[in-house]
Amino acid sequence: MTSQPARPLRLALVGAPNTGKTTLFNGLSGGRAKTANYPGVTVERRTGIFHTPNGRAVELIDLPGIYGLAGRTLDERVAVDAITGRIEGETAPDLLLIFVNATTLRTHLHSVLELKSLGRPAVLVLNMIDLAKRDGTKINVIDLEKSLGIPVIPANASRTSGREELVRRIDALLDDVAQNPNSVHPVTTLQDLKTLQKKARAIADKVILHESGLNTLTRRLDSILMHPLLGPIILASVLFLMFQAVYAWANIPMDIIDGFFGVLRGLAQQIHPAWLSSFLADGVIAGIGSVLIFLPQIIILFGFILLLESSGYMGRAAFLMDELMRRAGLNGRAFIPLLSSFACAVPGIMAARTIESERDRLTTILVAPLMTCSARLPVYTLIIAAFIPRENVGIFNQQGLVMFVLYMAGILSALLIAFVLRKTLTKGETQPFLMELPSYKLPGLWGFALGLWQRVWIFLRRAGTIIFTVAIVLWFLASFPSTIDGIQGSFAGMIGSILVPVFKPIGFSLETVIALVPGMAAREVVVAAMGTVYALQGSEEEITGSLSQILQNAWTLPSALSFLAWYVFAPQCFATIAMVRRETNSLNWTLFMVSYLFALAYGAAFVTYRVALMFTG
Amino acid sequence: MLVANGSHICFTGFMGDKHKKLDELNRHEAGHVCGFTTTNETMVMKLREIGFAEGDEVEVLGRGLLGGTPISVRLNQTIIALRVREAQLVEVETST
Repeated sequence: MTSQPARPLRLALVGAPNTGKTTLFNGLSGGRAKTANYPGVTVERRTGIFHTPNGRAVELIDLPGIYGLAGRTLDERVAVDAITGRIEGETAPDLLLIFVNATTLRTHLHSVLELKSLGRPAVLVLNMIDLAKRDGTKINVIDLEKSLGIPVIPANASRTSGREELVRRIDALLDDVAQNPNSVHPVTTLQDLKTLQKKARAIADKVILHESGLNTLTRRLDSILMHPLLGPIILASVLFLMFQAVYAWANIPMDIIDGFFGVLRGLAQQIHPAWLSSFLADGVIAGIGSVLIFLPQIIILFGFILLLESSGYMGRAAFLMDELMRRAGLNGRAFIPLLSSFACAVPGIMAARTIESERDRLTTILVAPLMTCSARLPVYTLIIAAFIPRENVGIFNQQGLVMFVLYMAGILSALLIAFVLRKTLTKGETQPFLMELPSYKLPGLWGFALGLWQRVWIFLRRAGTIIFTVAIVLWFLASFPSTIDGIQGSFAGMIGSILVPVFKPIGFSLETVIALVPGMAAREVVVAAMGTVYALQGSEEEITGSLSQILQNAWTLPSALSFLAWYVFAPQCFATIAMVRRETNSLNWTLFMVSYLFALAYGAAFVTYRVALMFTG
Repeated sequence: MLVANGSHICFTGFMGDKHKKLDELNRHEAGHVCGFTTTNETMVMKLREIGFAEGDEVEVLGRGLLGGTPISVRLNQTIIALRVREAQLVEVETST
């Protein structure tokens, strides 16, 4: 008999990292979660309601990957608490969908037994069955079902057809699932684990009829990509190629966007009355346009990082970096949040939850904002385009080379500061490095497009909200009460002139300082703000030129270099600061981070400015 | 390759030569896990959780440039990356 329960049944996706839980969740819930081919992508639990073909509403809970019930890291604890019903105000899931990678069933079967020992209704999803079949693995599903005493569903959750089939089979089982809200307290000792493993191996010997060796492609790729000498060279080349691509491939679309906003401004300048024309042309269009022009570069950068994440290379990067990271007092695993911080420090800081040691995690969080995030890209590009010639040095693009140097400055200072912190404030024992490396995968087109779109959307939304607001407010402050003597007479000029003495030693002009203040909200805002400030400032011929041409005339080279050095370090991002506060749960550590970064920024800018002055006379 | 059957126990004494620590295996040398050093219980627990168990087939795939660490190890059909320090806790019986 089918009776519709009062609330939707709650289904929890559990299992080892990288077994396809989030892929299923994304596929069923319309893709609001991020997934990648390295352990620890899902660091929080996500829920979504979906309807089965029979019209049954089901609540799906996506959880971080776990190897057992010990809950050693923050993300593992989230998963363990969720499935055992120990999260405040939330009942335990009614059914566990235990995911296991069919190609690695033998190694992970004991964790299935451990999860089953909770005594909750459970179904085993034998995922990636197509890969297992291709590799020549044969599994007797009926025997496995009998040995485990729970239903076993072979599945391909990465394909739409595979997901539909899986949902249909799960749906058929749900009639027998009752709501089961009781919580349990699991304790697994070393002896228990040993017993479970023995049992699991015995089952594996019985049900795995034929087992293939290691995936041939993965073995071959690893012998090159993880070669002691070639591996690090390839990693460095991949990163280098990424920054070259950001330059070389983005030029044409950027020129098109620039041209588009130029035409738009031209049109806005025809509008009457004059204040409205200025508001639209100098405030809105100059502000937003100067940031949106960087969209092509951001797409290329995000595309590269997504490919690294979903192909399985990220884990290899962690492997290659481990010894260097260990010498800096960190763990190879910490390289993943740091590399993710190239896109944005906010998810990078959250990804640090996969780090077991509190001290390692804290150190990683404190240095993550040093990694060059995509919001710095507009700042760097603008200044580089204005002051570094677009010429080649050998086969390398000179502008790309400078960008690479700026990225390296971020990475090296992060390692150096991590080293200092681990010797002083976050002193402690070295933590072990133990990590499963997934098989290489060709990233799915749909998942790639979805991931890219999600990140691009965040960028566009910021341009439409924060940057839009800042541009308008700044236009107002910079236009009133009077602009007869240029920007000095305006409110913004008055505020700026209070701060100018502080920034004069590092070569920042009044206009720069005015742009720097709203730039606290997010790094790319400074570009929008400069767009507005210089548009209002500008004489007729300057207005027709792009922002980088205006800067070329307005700034000296030492000031420009000093500005770049400032942005390598300055923590000008409210979102990052708020996330650090949340993830460290400490105001003191947050203040410490903000202060040390500002101090470094000022110091680096000062030295850069003075040295550059000496060389340029 | 067929499924390996039978249990593997670490023999001492005259069989001692065939019995190594995981980090002592040469590149592409394979063996079976036969036990764990008992000095670090938490670490052994973690090694077991990620999948190391008695009887499992292991093979060293590669090593890092600096100091030969970390090591990438094939454990049955999975690849595990770990440092020399952790690999020392796993005892392996080699066929040669």
